Amino acid sequence: MYIYDEIDQRVVDQRVAQFRGQTERFLAGKLGEDEFRQLRLRNGLYVQRYAPMLRVAIPYGILSSKQLRMLAHIARKYDRDYGHFSTRQNIQYNWPKLEEVPDILADLATVQMHAIQTSGNCVRNITADHFGGVAQDEIVDSFVWCEIIRQWSTFHPEFNWLPRKFKIAVNGATSDRVATHVHDIGLHAVKNEQGEIGFRVVIGGGLGRTPIIGPVVREFLPWQHLLTYLEAALRVYNRNGRRDNPYKARIKILVKETGLETFRAKVEAEWALLKDGPNTLTDAEVQRVEARFPKVAYLSLPAADAGLKRQLESDTAFRNWHQRNVQAHKVPGYAAVTLSLKKTGVPTGDATSAQMDAVADLADQYSFGELRVSHEQNLILADVRQSELFALWEKAKAIGFATPNIGLLTNIICCPGGDFCALANAKSIPVAAAIQERFDDLDYLHDIGELDLNISGCINACGHHHVGHIGILGVDKNSEEWYQIEIGGNQGETRQGQIRNPLGAAIGKVLGRAFARADVPDVIERLIECYLARRDSDAERFIDVVHRIGIEPFKESVYGAQSAKAAASGSTAPALSVPA
Amino acid sequence: MKLIQNRRAATDSWQLFKPVPAEGEAEVTFTAVPAEGDAIVPLAQWQQQKDALLARQGRTGVWLDAHEGADLIAADALSLPLIALNFPKFGDGRSLSTARLLRERYGYQGELRAIGEVFRDLVLGMHRCGIDSFALRDDQDVDDTIKALEELPLAYQASVDQPLPLFRRRAG
Repeated sequence: MYIYDEIDQRVVDQRVAQFRGQTERFLAGKLGEDEFRQLRLRNGLYVQRYAPMLRVAIPYGILSSKQLRMLAHIARKYDRDYGHFSTRQNIQYNWPKLEEVPDILADLATVQMHAIQTSGNCVRNITADHFGGVAQDEIVDSFVWCEIIRQWSTFHPEFNWLPRKFKIAVNGATSDRVATHVHDIGLHAVKNEQGEIGFRVVIGGGLGRTPIIGPVVREFLPWQHLLTYLEAALRVYNRNGRRDNPYKARIKILVKETGLETFRAKVEAEWALLKDGPNTLTDAEVQRVEARFPKVAYLSLPAADAGLKRQLESDTAFRNWHQRNVQAHKVPGYAAVTLSLKKTGVPTGDATSAQMDAVADLADQYSFGELRVSHEQNLILADVRQSELFALWEKAKAIGFATPNIGLLTNIICCPGGDFCALANAKSIPVAAAIQERFDDLDYLHDIGELDLNISGCINACGHHHVGHIGILGVDKNSEEWYQIEIGGNQGETRQGQIRNPLGAAIGKVLGRAFARADVPDVIERLIECYLARRDSDAERFIDVVHRIGIEPFKESVYGAQSAKAAASGSTAPALSVPA
Repeated sequence: MKLIQNRRAATDSWQLFKPVPAEGEAEVTFTAVPAEGDAIVPLAQWQQQKDALLARQGRTGVWLDAHEGADLIAADALSLPLIALNFPKFGDGRSLSTARLLRERYGYQGELRAIGEVFRDLVLGMHRCGIDSFALRDDQDVDDTIKALEELPLAYQASVDQPLPLFRRRAG
């Protein structure tokens, strides 16, 4: 993680003081409800179904063990002893008291953390590849660039009141592990023919009620011009983005309504006037930021550990976990480990304070005191010696974080849904739990192979259902909860080299009419059976089959040949009878 | 009118003129501006009546609504004593870009005034974008709003009040 200098610390401290003043004025009746709402949202504070919800920023998903212990402390002292890791690499607390929030922020500031711009119509937490710095296919360390953008966007005076929220993701490797094409701006590091570093700039992607795969606005932006280009794009958006309708206010709608060529021309024209100005990045600044990320003191180790080889041969359970949850590392003898927060029966992404403390201990013991939060809502220890994987696995099992399901069907991305969120139309956590229970046979799960299943409790798509290989959306019909199912979505290829048919990002297609909650596991099972019967080998994934044969056979498997057509016509007949 | 100029409570010599809303198919009409007194007129009125307005004894300033871009007044900016920018709604940030462009691109040096939803907790950002005068919403407290200008004294980005980003000053 980036270590603050004295200036960075003062920036956060002064914000705590400012927010304390705003809260006090509100509690004293000197600040109206509407205005306070706008101001508190800029500090991640929502008023939710049962209580306020505080979203704390985990910039680009990196945490030190000390910071994680502070998050545990906050869960214990101010909340109900747990927190929820979100798909935007942040953590949310569902039960804080409004009047205590300034104290929470003051506690966070002691470990260089904050809730700045975790909500509101401003630039939000920058998300990054969770294997940044360790991936074998790395081009640049995405965290350095995220931090540069974080500083640029923090309290940006011009872009703090945008038409709508603004999400930027930075991918530093060949594979796309941040879903670059479904962000307001996705930056994908590239090296040109001269070996110079730059970014491919994708603008106007997004999920929500209008899912769009973002177009490439610039193929190669030399890194020096990153901030001036962002200023140009944000200025065009701030001036021209729609403000008449919040559902049409994201930059994706502006790009779509303006037309890509015209939009690009506007950004480039604005950029031409900003280019080479004072915001042009320098080698010195990039090196300064880089140097504030502590260097990991790797040992010189053999590429393959002999002890690990023996353990893998002798222990099937360990081998399964290793196959799913351990990722290759760019330094010989090391590996990156994903601790799964997707154990059956536990709400996706939730962790208790005791679990957080235990993971902090694991990070200290096995991974240089640092960890990451992934947008798939898991925790990652990125720098583990291969020789210590077995010991780490046993300890992870003891705290329930060793479910060997990374990349598999039960590694479900899921929003908090109707159990907590005021926006939700339907619950999502019980749906995830029911699917996990149905697919609790590990051998079967591994046989099915890689499959992203994502669930959102409403059209806002916090659970990224549009880019799940299978996506489930909770909908409300006459005050009843129904679930629409999409297939064929893809967040981008996250594991290049291991995949036969690399597919780009894709939005899923809706199968047909929605299902009752109780029927969802059956429907998923039918989709899986349909896939298994049609795949040409174990190597062909669910998503590959959908893209090869289309969704019709899957529709038939779910609705039956007769009703597939009726379902496609958008009939909302509620009485689903999935044949037994 | 509660007014802050250059971080101080001030009395206002300017009168703000608004267009008369059009009914049905009728064109927007403008309020007649008296010969004496300083007047801030809508951009469209300025464009239509520039010579007459300049022939008055009082000074003339122009206000831009949030959808009206800086480029529309750029040609006259250097000769105007005052430009006002409207913030029609709490949370509408369009005029922030206009302010920066007037200062940074078009070299405007005169008084740049925020009108409309000018609220205590918004003035700091406006100030950093080059606005130096604030016609506060009626319910706002002048002294308390001046204090808001002192919050968050440290900022990372380049802006009108600090043309170099922090990283260039840090390096120095």
